[in-house]
Amino acid sequence: MNETSESWLAACKVEDAVENGGVCIKHGDDQIALFYFTRRNEWYATQNECPHKKQMALSRGMIGSDSDEPKVACPFHKKTFSLNTGECLNGEECAIKVYPVKIEDGTVYINTLAKF
Amino acid sequence: MKKIQIIVVGNGMVGYKFCEKLSSRSNLFKLTVFGEEPRRAYDRVHLSEYFNGKSSDDLSLSTETWYQENDIDLHLSSPVIKIDREFKTVSTLDGKSYEYDFLIFATGSGAFVPNIPGVEKEGVFVYRTIEDLDLISGYAKKARTASVIGGGLLGLEAAKALIDLGIQKTSIVEFAPRLMPRQIDDAGSQMLRSKLSDLGLEILLNKNTSYIEGEGAITGLKFSDDTSLAVDMLVISAGIKPRDELARACGIEVGARGGIVVDQKMQTNDPSIFAIGECALFEGMIYGLIAPGYEMAEVLVTNLCDGTKTFLGFDMSTKLKLIGIDVASFGDNFITEPDCRTIVFENKHKGIYKRINISNDGQYLLGGILIGDATAYNLLLQTSNNRIILSDDPEELILGSRGGDTAAGSGITSLPDSALICSCEGISKGDICSAVIDGCENIDDLKKCTKAGTGCGGCLPMVKDLLSYTLKSQGKYVKNVICEHFDYSRQELFDLIHIHELKSYDAVLDALGKSDGCEVCKPMVASLLASLWNEMILEKGNDVAQDSNDRFLANIQKGGSYSVVPRVAGGEITPEKLITIGEVAKKYNLYTKITGGQRIDMFGAHLNDLPLIWEELIAAGFESGHAYGKGLRTVKSCVGSTWCRFGLHDSVSFAIRIEERYRGIRAPHKFKSGVSGCIRECAEAQSKDFGIIATEKGWNLYVCGNGGSKPQHALLLATDLDSDTCIRYIDRFLMFYIKTADPLTRTATWLNKMEGGIDYLRNVVVNDSLNMAQQWENDVENLINSYKCEWKEAVENPAIRKRFSHFVNAPEDKDPSIEFVEMRGQKRTAEWK
Repeated sequence: MNETSESWLAACKVEDAVENGGVCIKHGDDQIALFYFTRRNEWYATQNECPHKKQMALSRGMIGSDSDEPKVACPFHKKTFSLNTGECLNGEECAIKVYPVKIEDGTVYINTLAKF
Repeated sequence: MKKIQIIVVGNGMVGYKFCEKLSSRSNLFKLTVFGEEPRRAYDRVHLSEYFNGKSSDDLSLSTETWYQENDIDLHLSSPVIKIDREFKTVSTLDGKSYEYDFLIFATGSGAFVPNIPGVEKEGVFVYRTIEDLDLISGYAKKARTASVIGGGLLGLEAAKALIDLGIQKTSIVEFAPRLMPRQIDDAGSQMLRSKLSDLGLEILLNKNTSYIEGEGAITGLKFSDDTSLAVDMLVISAGIKPRDELARACGIEVGARGGIVVDQKMQTNDPSIFAIGECALFEGMIYGLIAPGYEMAEVLVTNLCDGTKTFLGFDMSTKLKLIGIDVASFGDNFITEPDCRTIVFENKHKGIYKRINISNDGQYLLGGILIGDATAYNLLLQTSNNRIILSDDPEELILGSRGGDTAAGSGITSLPDSALICSCEGISKGDICSAVIDGCENIDDLKKCTKAGTGCGGCLPMVKDLLSYTLKSQGKYVKNVICEHFDYSRQELFDLIHIHELKSYDAVLDALGKSDGCEVCKPMVASLLASLWNEMILEKGNDVAQDSNDRFLANIQKGGSYSVVPRVAGGEITPEKLITIGEVAKKYNLYTKITGGQRIDMFGAHLNDLPLIWEELIAAGFESGHAYGKGLRTVKSCVGSTWCRFGLHDSVSFAIRIEERYRGIRAPHKFKSGVSGCIRECAEAQSKDFGIIATEKGWNLYVCGNGGSKPQHALLLATDLDSDTCIRYIDRFLMFYIKTADPLTRTATWLNKMEGGIDYLRNVVVNDSLNMAQQWENDVENLINSYKCEWKEAVENPAIRKRFSHFVNAPEDKDPSIEFVEMRGQKRTAEWK
């Protein structure tokens, strides 16, 4: 726990997040997209940059599901990415980084050491 | 076991297709590819789209890792310089040597540059590779006039590219007496010429260039008839020449006028060496199209994998769109009487020319030419290739295109299973129909599993028709469901939401859908909710169901900034309001541009600044222009009778009345309108979803026109209306459209799919045949009464306003990744990275 506790970023309060949508978290020079998937009672965090055209936009994308896979669609050209694994669901090669999220005392924490 | 070593010389489309086909069918081979260009194989057929914003990545045929995944060694920027047939090795420019068991030439062709004195001058280019295009676009920045030598297919493509690059005056110089001499006849050429001239292209025929003028850089062309033409740059597109120099140097047999001689198995006179694509010469012919190149790759792969297949020549029929003009030729296009009977249809007003050649016994279609309207191409090609017996009235083949639905339907059913539908990939009707029966029940699956329609894409309409024909013939109900989350069509969902009085996306999903929704159904349902109830679109959790533009009430632009468009109804604006726009743009450092809809767009706003900008605009009397929404955009007007000496009525006042009536109403897609004060039509009302033109007695109402990628003129719905009646008809028309159109369907497409067409629509709107007129007029009245400016509500509501910041944990900070550069004294967004 001690080793990893430094990598947990206190991102925002639960009530600052958008229900069934995304917000953008500033992390130094980096940007992280945080999604509160209220319908499924799940939280996800990914890189904010869409790898297709390198736009800081994923936090403004719509979320949803493909079969049962939770996904986000980039607002620019509607490339979709799995919120679980970060892989692109349109058959493209690019993938996004996804980060673990936890909630403690009404605060949302993101582990900035990426899962993938 | 050691793999059989295959070396492919050349990394163009055909070389790539060969690798794709071979690696998917066998693992006995080790492929090594050498290309002289610095990038992976790309789509040369759609090269001119590079100037329309497609990047070299978009044009690329494969992904970066594809070669690796298929264990193919790809050497880019690595031309082969020597082939040793005795020891079966190739040497590359960097001095390395590689062994082969089989060697494939897929070297393609280069531009043929005629021996005109001065071709080495600066400003003279060829049109062949992405590198050529980069050079051309660099030089075009300082050129005002340009010329293309060569009036063939590629020359016209090049001319289009020059127009796209902003060259003010472009001309085409052709040696022959007509354009596209290989595909079309004199009459067709004249029609094409007059259409191209309308677009501002100068066409010079029968011109033989004797030398290129200029000291160092080109300044003009001198012709053999002693005339000359001043130009700043020149693109030579006078044909192709096969790249056979390597083959020639190692003693492989080549044709007298170039090309590597191959037999029916693509084999050269060295049994270990083959040639495919535009470098191959088969029975004295070079095949300069993509489909025969792919067919050659198929023949070679089949034979390498122990199958038997021979190349028997190829149908050179083509259909393409040149600068927006359909041009097609098929079968025996030039055969003339008395060897056949010819039927010609010509409409100079619309620029349409069609010619079909029919066997003397009237039984078979032999070939033909289509200019200006090639919608019948696929069917004609199939009729000709499959020797389908013609009816007693063969002229219907080219005349019946407007009411041609039944003809097209019966056309598909009458095709034999062997009919080749996708000639790029060699897919027959039978292949497609059996794939559908095996479970490919939508077009994407069908494309993935058969590859049909993945080449030039020209056959896609026919593939779609075959799909629904096969589904229907199996008794399957073809239903336009929205996505995996809703088992309803848009129209069904509209009625269900209405009946159940659902007001939020989540409520709709809970009551009528399943799972969690997606980027297809969310904005569609959000649009239905707005069309039905006209409530603030960012409340009740509907904000996250909106498309990005609607969610932030502004248009997201390249780089992540937004543009701001206040409503300027009818295009009328006071000097005070103009000053406000100028001051706001200056204060927030925005790029300003006049839009096509007679208003002003301000680009480059940070998300955080949007509420501040709108606060100032609203204080000066502006309101949202809904440029971000699928709803009414603008009502364009000419100045009308208040100033114009020809004006019959006050078109500006009527335009403002209409724009203020329908502002904010959400629809399946955006819609636009225009009002012209007389028949001169300065407001271009006939290109709008609904357009109004003044007459001596009142207004003529036109509907279902649009500009965009497939322009279509609006059709006359009713004549000589008084203002109130005109508005009642528009009310009914709009509500009928909003209730029944498929998602993201403009009014023009909606009408095109409507059974009975404009006559049916007129019956519904004018004669009230559905007995819905009163209901629809009331619906519009309710929408008007509930209208509020969305931006005013957004800036005044703290909960909504809070969302207009980039970082939730640093609300004051703007997105640092947004970059601008300077251009002509304003800013513009930085290029895609």
